[in-house]
Amino acid sequence: MTEIQSLEKRFQDRIDAEERIEPRDWMPEKYRKTLIRQISQHAHSEVVGMLPEGNWITRAPNLRRKLGLIAKVQDEAGHGLYLYSACETLGISRDEVLDQLHTGKAKYSSIFNYPTLTWADIGAIGWLVDGAAILNQVPLCRCSYGPYARAMVRVCKEESFHQRQGYEIMLTLANGTPEQKEMAQDAINRWWWPSLMMFGPNDSESTHSAQSMAWRIKRFSNDELRQRMVDMIKPQTDILGLTLPDPEIKWNEERGAHDFGEIDWDEFWSVVKGDGPCNKERLAARVKAHEEGQWVRDAALAYAEKQEVRKASDGKTKVA
Amino acid sequence: MQNWPLFEIFLRSKNGLSHKHVGSLHAADADMAITNARDVYTRRKEGVSIWVVESKHITASNPEESESMFDPAEDKVYRHPTFYVLPDELEQM
Repeated sequence: MTEIQSLEKRFQDRIDAEERIEPRDWMPEKYRKTLIRQISQHAHSEVVGMLPEGNWITRAPNLRRKLGLIAKVQDEAGHGLYLYSACETLGISRDEVLDQLHTGKAKYSSIFNYPTLTWADIGAIGWLVDGAAILNQVPLCRCSYGPYARAMVRVCKEESFHQRQGYEIMLTLANGTPEQKEMAQDAINRWWWPSLMMFGPNDSESTHSAQSMAWRIKRFSNDELRQRMVDMIKPQTDILGLTLPDPEIKWNEERGAHDFGEIDWDEFWSVVKGDGPCNKERLAARVKAHEEGQWVRDAALAYAEKQEVRKASDGKTKVA
Repeated sequence: MQNWPLFEIFLRSKNGLSHKHVGSLHAADADMAITNARDVYTRRKEGVSIWVVESKHITASNPEESESMFDPAEDKVYRHPTFYVLPDELEQM
């Protein structure tokens, strides 16, 4: 066995024993790269995810809803930060990670390339999109890489408020005027399929899955998690008195799970590849925010340097 | 983030408990690190006190030498109370 093979074997043994890997431990280069890709995409998704929701902060229907939405969007910024920090422990700088987003080299969750057309979309996002995110993220709390797992614990604690605030919005609209109810139904119609797409391609098409499962970065397959989503959301939709836009959805007694229709994979791949309704707009907004924030970052640094000089010279005066 | 150093953040969740590492963030200086740590890590009353330390000031043990580093404690069962034999009739100690 070569040295690298024996290191790899020891690494896999540790993983199999459910030990956590920490930043300075030896790890295969591919493990490091896979995590950098996944964690940075996850971080980008949190940050870009603020855009469609931020769109409704100034138009929230009342102060209670506005406070909830601001708090949620602020949480997403925090989640982005926990994740960027976790990513940096793998030896990539923050600037490099941000650069990959801004140049379009790195991806983020396709769901944020859909527009938020009405207030009901904010409800649907909290309920469906955050609901799907929770199903994806809860198993990541046991991911083999320590910093990622710890970030996920914090994220998951905060997500449950997001989902409840979304569902409450839907419930209020569903019990409101016929127009409000219709608005809620329209939001479900538009967000349901993209939410199911959040779990990624079918297991048979998923390129990174097998290795990620072996490394315990991933614990459940895309299709398993998607099934959980359908089983979780269907009864919640019934309580709203609304429907999911899938005529094939029905309970399968034998499987103890819901059957459901096929995702439009052409749409899935076209949004992934950059042709979704808002891909260009989201990236442009992100780049603009970063560039227009440059003077703030520069000013903060200049101020810190000035303070440092002042402190040093104050010290001298005292000594004299 | 260019030239903004990385800070490690430690929180005391309530008085009586030690500060515990919760994560890291970039800031222009320590004061800004504390303000940002408040906004990022204590939005739900997770802390009553914050420590920030510039990451570069932390010296860590080398994980590759963990075995030799910590093996002096491996064979010293006599450091634990259960090593010592007491009579059964002794009810409390």
